[in-house]
Amino acid sequence: MSNGEDYSELVELARRGRWLAISTVAKSGAGHVGGPFSAMDILIALYFRVLRVDPQNPQWPARDRFILSKGHSSIGLYVVMALRGFLPIEELKTFDKGNSRLQGHPDVTKLPGLDTSTGSLGQGLSVGLGMALGARLRGEKFHTFVMIGDGELQEGMIWEALDVAPRYKLGNLTAILDLNGLQQFGWVLAINEEHRGDRKDPWPGIDLRGIFERLGWRCLEINGHDFSQIIPALESSKASGDSDQPTMIIAHTVKGKGVRFTEGKHEWHSKVATKEELKIIAEELGIQEALV
Amino acid sequence: MKAMRDVWGDTLVELGNTNPNVLVLDADLANSTKADKFAKAHPERFLQMGIAEQNFVGAAVGLASVGYIPWLSSFAVFFTHRALDPIRMLVAQTNANVKLGAAYAGVLTGLTGKTHQDVEDLAIMRSMPEMTVLAPADRVECEAAMRWATDYRGPVYLRLARDVCSDVFDSDYQFTPGKTYSLKEGRDVLLVSTGPQSSRCKEAAQLLESEGISAGVLHVPSIKPLNFEELIRACEPFSLVVTVEEHNIHGGLGALVAEILSEHSPRRVIRFGIEDRWGESAPNEYLLDLFQLSPARLSERVKQAVQGAK
Repeated sequence: MSNGEDYSELVELARRGRWLAISTVAKSGAGHVGGPFSAMDILIALYFRVLRVDPQNPQWPARDRFILSKGHSSIGLYVVMALRGFLPIEELKTFDKGNSRLQGHPDVTKLPGLDTSTGSLGQGLSVGLGMALGARLRGEKFHTFVMIGDGELQEGMIWEALDVAPRYKLGNLTAILDLNGLQQFGWVLAINEEHRGDRKDPWPGIDLRGIFERLGWRCLEINGHDFSQIIPALESSKASGDSDQPTMIIAHTVKGKGVRFTEGKHEWHSKVATKEELKIIAEELGIQEALV
Repeated sequence: MKAMRDVWGDTLVELGNTNPNVLVLDADLANSTKADKFAKAHPERFLQMGIAEQNFVGAAVGLASVGYIPWLSSFAVFFTHRALDPIRMLVAQTNANVKLGAAYAGVLTGLTGKTHQDVEDLAIMRSMPEMTVLAPADRVECEAAMRWATDYRGPVYLRLARDVCSDVFDSDYQFTPGKTYSLKEGRDVLLVSTGPQSSRCKEAAQLLESEGISAGVLHVPSIKPLNFEELIRACEPFSLVVTVEEHNIHGGLGALVAEILSEHSPRRVIRFGIEDRWGESAPNEYLLDLFQLSPARLSERVKQAVQGAK
């Protein structure tokens, strides 16, 4: 699906986004890394190329909606929203501190630009379904995107939404599955067993695409770290907003993507980098700015 | 006489007639709850969401975000137990404009047994910040509470009975959130109740008159918010207050009244209700007798309590 366009600006933003995420978590003393890193390229693509949003008018009724259902990746979203101008980069320092708009999990009552609260897993797709259905009933043209995780997909409530959305023929709804192959703790690998990460894949050997398609979803499968695949997939799903099928973008990603020693390691689901680790990370990401 | 579920269904239709933003979401029980009346009158605004209560709560939050007023229709148990997590995080924590029509609450659920008898819902829902919790007594109050809830911006849990509830209020009744309503004056004891149990308390109080006991009856339709001062003022003339509810004695109306009085106006409170046990499949009369909530059984218990307190 590569289209030969130059995405170097987005690559640069994603690099900076990963640095801001991991360094913010390091400063706050808690937070997630693996999920924000696997989602970062898609989040950058959404906020810089695909979503019709206005940082100066975050409640604009005609805006496209985005829900990060895997709410523990909040720092990834905050960073991208900051880069896009929804909040000052400086404000990232307040993450998880008292009296902050940047709660551990996204809180719609605190930060303008969020479209709902998430945190308890498995709930975002249902809200997105309601938004898409509401848009259809109102005759509005905005598109609703929901990012879910493959670990999160173990929650039963998601399957309720996966069943109902195609019944309402919601072409204006896109789910993005961040298929990073790991969950927080999960199941240990058997001896000589190899999965993508250092623990069992949340859906080992399961034909998720086949299941989604039988439920009525139009499926696109991409490398979730390649903008030449991410952007066309997101744009194609948005362009089919008037169609009678919701879209599922199955994004093959790597948990902890971007830094060699965080990739594919379940322990980096939520881990605070040490000063030494931050130096290596800054080098790997090519970040020049001074370290704290 | 009209069953409360028919009042619910008919009022939904009327709300739909006057307010184009009213939607009804069903979790495949509309022909039990009588939300099917709305499906017939306003098919384009009736959304079948299947047997999937968590999802229908989430979908309602999305619909509310674009200006709709979604009334969700299911049995109470499926809100307060099956779908509690999305109600908590998506509805209450975001103060979403979603209305929960909790049908078949309490033990009088039409021969379903304990699986479908919600005796914990008031305790659960009143402990949730930003949630409004209402339990109307009769036809008039149910309709008034539904009209109020539709105009109010924020989450509402409406506790509904299944069957016919004796008339308590006239058509000039006005619902005010937090307000308590005196159904009968008395001197010896005050019965405080909620939902359709209030009318059974009123009948019990009438039986007690012939025994020479003057029992007042105070109806509390608004479990949350509740006007504390009003409740305290009503209780102050009485040394004995008896709470009566078709709900576990733990955490519901009795607990609420005891909490308020012990903090602001200490006096003896006795809680009548389901005594921390599960229900069973049986006709209404049997269950009211079993849990000592029928007017006859209630009047006996209140008489004993009054005599014991002397």
